[in-house]
Amino acid sequence: MHELSLSSAIVNTVVKHARGQRVSVVSLRVGRLRQVVPDTLEFYFDFVARDTLCEGARLEQEVVDARLRCHPCASEWAIEIPAFRCPTCGGSDVEIASGNEFEVESIEVEGPPAAAWRDRPEGDLGKEAQCIAPR
Amino acid sequence: MHRTKVKVVEEALDANNTIAAANRADFDRAGVKVVNFMSAPGAGKTTLLERVVGNLDGVRVGVLEGDVQGSMDADRLASLHVPVTQLNTDPGFGGECHLDANMVRSALPELPLDEIDLLIIENVGNLVCPAEFRVGEDTRVMACSITEGEDKPLKYPLMFRACELVLINKLDLLPHLDFDLDRLLYNIDQVHPDVERIVLSARTGEAVEAWRDWLLAIAAREEAVA
Repeated sequence: MHELSLSSAIVNTVVKHARGQRVSVVSLRVGRLRQVVPDTLEFYFDFVARDTLCEGARLEQEVVDARLRCHPCASEWAIEIPAFRCPTCGGSDVEIASGNEFEVESIEVEGPPAAAWRDRPEGDLGKEAQCIAPR
Repeated sequence: MHRTKVKVVEEALDANNTIAAANRADFDRAGVKVVNFMSAPGAGKTTLLERVVGNLDGVRVGVLEGDVQGSMDADRLASLHVPVTQLNTDPGFGGECHLDANMVRSALPELPLDEIDLLIIENVGNLVCPAEFRVGEDTRVMACSITEGEDKPLKYPLMFRACELVLINKLDLLPHLDFDLDRLLYNIDQVHPDVERIVLSARTGEAVEAWRDWLLAIAAREEAVA
């Protein structure tokens, strides 16, 4: 069920960056620690995307492994189960090096940016746009 | 078909976090400390609040009660003469299984922020989603009951790691269960090493004093942790 809330958040984030264009691909980075089931996320995304610029978009999910880092002894290790004590020194001063991500990495939109978007005033988020080959 | 790739690199829950920060600013301006209280349904959140909100040593407490439907929990707490505001997720928010920053923001006008020092947000009973959505709180606390078994921390690490305090409730039922408390404590320690824990019984009052003291410390805290 939590994939439903997360899908809404994804669609809202994507629409904000879509420059008024239809979205064809949404690329996500999802850390293993976020308790997300990829198939469920895709199902709810398709549902939530209806009647938005994301309708019909393909959702790509890059799963990021969970890696922890111990501050005192600088060990770094991957985890499969949620064990957060350092296996080397037994310490608890451990940070998550990766695995906590839930971000929209990039999107693909169809067509060049709409004129209204191109001509908007400066001061936006500093995104890069690369044109890819016409199909 | 001409396609353009747009680099985004944005946390998908950014919108929620932005609203949470706005809530936090409002709470800070009013001088109110905020606790986000979470658990699975039936772990005893409301009873744990009934035990403490009426006698917090001069600290003025308010409660924001989150449920999908109904006002039963709010009614129970209102009888203790503390300001209680009910927030239902069903009408207007699609029956969400958790509170998010936007919902809490919608309730702000009804909260008597200038009449309280500590606001406890009793979240919707759910061990998954509430952990994902900050609402502008200073700190987060969860309750788990011994009737839920020893494995909960391993199954719901996000929730156990999100909280600064884990209340282990229903200690009075220990003689009636095949429950290994040491194993639960070990599992909690694996998932969130050194997290503060209080083993207690809301029903008998055992160790409830420690829960009360913890809330008093939060109310007195100078800087936020969450």
